[in-house]
Amino acid sequence: MYRYDEFDHAFVHQRVAQFRDQVARRLTGELSEDEFKPLRLMNGLYLQLHAYMLRVAIPYGTLSSRQMRRLAHIARRYDKGFGHITTRQNIQYNWIQLTEVPDLLAELAEVEMHAIQTSGNCIRNVTADHFAGAAADEIEDPRVWCEIIRQWSTLHPEFSFLPRKFKIAVSGAVSDRAALRVHDIGLQLCHNDAGEIGFEVMVGGGQGRTPMLAKTIREFLPKAELLSYLESILRVYNQLGRRDNIYKARIKILVHEIGVETLAKMVEAEWHQVREGFTDLPQDEVARIERYFAPPPFDPAAGSDTGLDAARRGDSAFDRWLEQNVDAHKQPGYAIATISLKPEGGVPGDIDAEQMDAVADLAERFSFDELRATHQQNLVLPHVRKRDLYALWQGLKAHGLATANRGLIGDIIACPGMDYCSLATARSIPVAQAISTRFQDLARQKDIGDLRLNISGCINACGHHHVGHIGILGLEKKGVENYQITLGGRADGKAAIGAIIGPAFSADDIVGAVETVVDTYIDLRQTGEPFIDAYARLGREPFKERLYATH
Amino acid sequence: MPLIKNGASAEDPWQFAADDAALPEHGPVAVSPARWQREKAALRARGEPLGLLMQSGEQVEDIVADLKEFELIALDFPTFRDGRPYSSARLLRERYGFAGELRAVGDVSRDQFLFLHRCGFNAFQVTGAGALEAWLRAVSEISIWYQPTNDPRGALGVLRHRRAAAE
Repeated sequence: MYRYDEFDHAFVHQRVAQFRDQVARRLTGELSEDEFKPLRLMNGLYLQLHAYMLRVAIPYGTLSSRQMRRLAHIARRYDKGFGHITTRQNIQYNWIQLTEVPDLLAELAEVEMHAIQTSGNCIRNVTADHFAGAAADEIEDPRVWCEIIRQWSTLHPEFSFLPRKFKIAVSGAVSDRAALRVHDIGLQLCHNDAGEIGFEVMVGGGQGRTPMLAKTIREFLPKAELLSYLESILRVYNQLGRRDNIYKARIKILVHEIGVETLAKMVEAEWHQVREGFTDLPQDEVARIERYFAPPPFDPAAGSDTGLDAARRGDSAFDRWLEQNVDAHKQPGYAIATISLKPEGGVPGDIDAEQMDAVADLAERFSFDELRATHQQNLVLPHVRKRDLYALWQGLKAHGLATANRGLIGDIIACPGMDYCSLATARSIPVAQAISTRFQDLARQKDIGDLRLNISGCINACGHHHVGHIGILGLEKKGVENYQITLGGRADGKAAIGAIIGPAFSADDIVGAVETVVDTYIDLRQTGEPFIDAYARLGREPFKERLYATH
Repeated sequence: MPLIKNGASAEDPWQFAADDAALPEHGPVAVSPARWQREKAALRARGEPLGLLMQSGEQVEDIVADLKEFELIALDFPTFRDGRPYSSARLLRERYGFAGELRAVGDVSRDQFLFLHRCGFNAFQVTGAGALEAWLRAVSEISIWYQPTNDPRGALGVLRHRRAAAE
């Protein structure tokens, strides 16, 4: 993991002091709420329906046990005892007092954390494959470059007042687990014909009210030139992105309006000039950062007897969890364990302070002190020795964290919705809870198989409904909540935007409608055919027919 | 309007002539790029310092051919949210080598000073009492920067390099 040096430490402490001064000026009335708003947003502080909400950055989703314990402490000391993992690998606290934020940030700074650029019209906290450094299908650990991007984008003097927010995601694996195509910039580590490693650069993806998939503007960018290339894209966007309408201000609209070829040409022309004399990162600085992401000291002998078979035979619940929540690791004898934050009837992504402490302890014991937050609102222990999986599972189970539903219909992504968010037009959490309860039987979930169900409480799409196999969008019509269903979206390497299936459903009917979609799939699927493949084969019609036949 | 230039309060000798206003008889004058294009000869003939006032959507590429003729370029912020002049400033300073006065005008206030300063602005049209004190404080709030720009303060890459060299 990256560790701050004396400069990083000094920087975050200066930033805390700067924000402390801004808060003080707000409290004395020197700054109006209008003037304060962009300042607090650049530090992840929102004013929501009931209180301030603080979004704390978990850069590229990686954190240590010590940091997780601090997050637990913050939940207890400054919030109501819990936090919420977001779809951008961050954590949100929903019940924050403005006067306490500077102290909270100072406590974060002590453990090398901050809330910088988790909001606002700037380059947001960079996200990555949550299996980075562990996945069996990895080309190279993307986090080295995420950290480089984090540093480069932090209080960037030129790009802190962009037309709109700007999100960058990086993946170093063959499978896209970072939803690259729905980011303003997606960076995919890849090989060129000469066998060198560089980036495929995709631009112009995003969700919101105009969902679009990012398009590739460069097949191969040498790694060493990443920052000058990013600077060129951002400069073109900063100068030409629309500023007259916030709904048309993302780079996806610029790409749409001028065309991807034109944009690519403009970026290349700018880059041609920028790279002249651009102080790219010196190689020794890249090497310094790389060393922080060296693999942990794996036991080379771990590949032999793991004792797993006996444990699986002896405990069918463990066997189900192993099958559903554990993935292949690049190191023989190790595995990646996903901790579902989607218990039956629970709030997706919520975790209480006691669970945070428990997870921190387990990461320390079983995963080289390392944890990940995923954009699917779960946690990951990336480096678990297979021999330890049973003990880990027992530890998770003792804290209600062993739900074996990763990737199943119960593993719902949901935004906070109208229970918290001032932008929401409908509630998301109760819908997620009702669906989770309706499909509580794990055997049934398992039979339904791989299915991503995503819920957003408004058109801003924080719950990623556009890329859910089943997407639900909560809207408001004449003061009544109703829910639109989209089908066929996906966020992986075959990214697609879901299509609206028909008129919206009432809050009372939406769970039944989801069940109808699922039952239709069960009836029509071929052997072993996952939902998303069946939908691709069948199209909308059979689902539409069943959904609206009785209406 | 008060002016802070190179970290101190300064008198402002410049007059900004609107496109439809007569040019002042004497003294430094700044005009729009459009007026510059139209009235180059008359402006040159005045024999006084020349400057430009650019709106945020205007491209610096359109005026760089004449850059040597200007002692002042003022970039206007119609709202603090408009970040285009930051790019213009860096281009003028770093790409086109503009060494004259680069002034931020319009909706400019304390919490932008640091970003503006780092992008190459050395003059700031400010409002209100205590502006200089606020400016001095704002530009020193953060002393460590991750991005190399034209800023005299060393960016982190340089600092780290120095440390590594010393070890």
